[in-house]
Amino acid sequence: MKWIASIGAGVESIFSHTGSYTLMLLQLLRKLGSRPWYARQLIAQAEQVGVQSLPVVLLTALFTGMVLALQSYIVFHRFAAESLTGLVVSMSLVRELGPVLVGLMVAGRVGASFAAELGTMRVTEQIDALWTLSTDPFRYLVTPRVLAVTLMLPLLTIIADYIGIYGGYAISVYVLDQNPVVYVENTTVYMELEDFYSGLIKAAFFGMLIGVIGCTEGFNCKGGAAGVGTATTHAVVISCMSILVSDYFLTAWLFG
Amino acid sequence: MSATNKPSLPRISIRGLSKSFNGNIVLEDVDLDIMPGDSTTVIGMSGTGKSVLIKCVLGLLRPDAGEILVDGENWLALPEQEHLQRMRRIGMLFQGAALFDSLKVWENVAFALLRQNVPKKQAHERAHEVLEWVGLHDVGDLMPSELSGGMAKRVGLARTICHKPDIVFFDEPTTGLDPIMSDVINRLIVRLHKGSGTTMLSITHDLRSAEMISDHIALLCHGRIHRIIRANELTSDQDPMLRQFVEGRASGPINCSPWGKKIEEVIDR
Ligand SMILES: Nc1ncnc2c1ncn2[C@@H]1O[C@H](COP(=O)(O)OP(=O)(O)O)[C@@H](O)[C@H]1O
Ligand SMILES: [Mg+2]
Repeated sequence: MKWIASIGAGVESIFSHTGSYTLMLLQLLRKLGSRPWYARQLIAQAEQVGVQSLPVVLLTALFTGMVLALQSYIVFHRFAAESLTGLVVSMSLVRELGPVLVGLMVAGRVGASFAAELGTMRVTEQIDALWTLSTDPFRYLVTPRVLAVTLMLPLLTIIADYIGIYGGYAISVYVLDQNPVVYVENTTVYMELEDFYSGLIKAAFFGMLIGVIGCTEGFNCKGGAAGVGTATTHAVVISCMSILVSDYFLTAWLFG
Repeated sequence: MSATNKPSLPRISIRGLSKSFNGNIVLEDVDLDIMPGDSTTVIGMSGTGKSVLIKCVLGLLRPDAGEILVDGENWLALPEQEHLQRMRRIGMLFQGAALFDSLKVWENVAFALLRQNVPKKQAHERAHEVLEWVGLHDVGDLMPSELSGGMAKRVGLARTICHKPDIVFFDEPTTGLDPIMSDVINRLIVRLHKGSGTTMLSITHDLRSAEMISDHIALLCHGRIHRIIRANELTSDQDPMLRQFVEGRASGPINCSPWGKKIEEVIDR
């Protein structure tokens, strides 16, 4: 009956983790209401998030757009509706795959580095040192990171959407010999601004998840180098899972 | 700060401080007064809660009970933002120096000044002045990872005193250093104490260091301050627990059971 115990422990840890993330988020909102805000830290972190994520995001988006074009062409070809390829590629990217894939990639890069960085600072007493130097560690470390990734994720998603759509276009036009004018027209005529927005709202939400989870894991880290390792793993696994789970609910909500 | 009746008021007064972790009692009703300009060192076995004591005093850990009065004001009752303001009077040297590894050495040293919006040029000058004071030249532009242990500790000391605190805390200032570097650190601490009349609370298990840097020595044992003596009485005091600690004997009135329990825990696992 080991597996029952393991499920029980899993459920318990989900609740305790969720609790600590909620506390972190509430504290963040409370502290956002007053000075100091450390704008310079925010800018530095935003830059860092961009630099860390852009290469993986670009590559992922490009190939996802390309493979989407291939797959949907194969399906649409069966009932002679190839001209819809462009629309399907763009809609899937903009509404769904753009934010989710960017979220997953950024969780792996940025969420992990938040947890590792703050975790190391915790176990080497650097976070305590900030306090003794009359600096609120939460405002100095956590707030800028969470804000940075929340603001950057929509931006990265816009870039990913464009690159992905371009990848789909390139495959359709140059490999599958489709008419470029029809492709672009079908894409632009049927796509609505709302499709775009819903993707960006998702992206911002995923960014907040990544930031809060990564920072909580790092900030509350215990137990030396091993603790930092555990915190980092938790940050990545939990943010990826929560992105996928919350994606369903966000879609259902934005749909309704 | 030498008003006529001031000396009767302790600079730091620890009252009834208790702290336990998950039912494991570490500190139990600790009382300790430190007068202005006094240097007190708390000695005790590893794991008796010396670091926990200092962290409670600094507000880094919430004690279960007790008060920390600084000049008569209970710092634990202050709102967070005001507590942080008070920390400008405080300097703390951590055991591992706790330098920020993403900042250059001089930015580490001048950290408190830079946060307080002191102009960069002025902060830079002050940082180099303090680095000179601890005997380090031309390290300002290095990263902390490029420093040796002794250098890191001295940079840590420079950072501790850069903003001219009037109360300074040292967590095991000499632990992990070679005897010569230990002596350097001890002398710097003595120079700071003699030169500026800074009030100090240190913790260590290095008796030589305790004797050198302090006016008073307090023995922490079984969660309480067991005995307070003048530093020059360390070798002559006849208290059995103090004698056991000073002579370094495993058997005696000091109960090693917290330590023994740990070993059992390790074996059971
Ligand atoms: N954050 C913490 N959580 C749980 N236990 C702790 C924590 N900090 C310290 N302890 C426990 O308190 C005891 C005293 O630790 P410490 O003050 O670091 O000892 P030392 O006197 O060597 O500095 C140890 O048994 C340690 O396991
Ligand atoms: Mg200690």
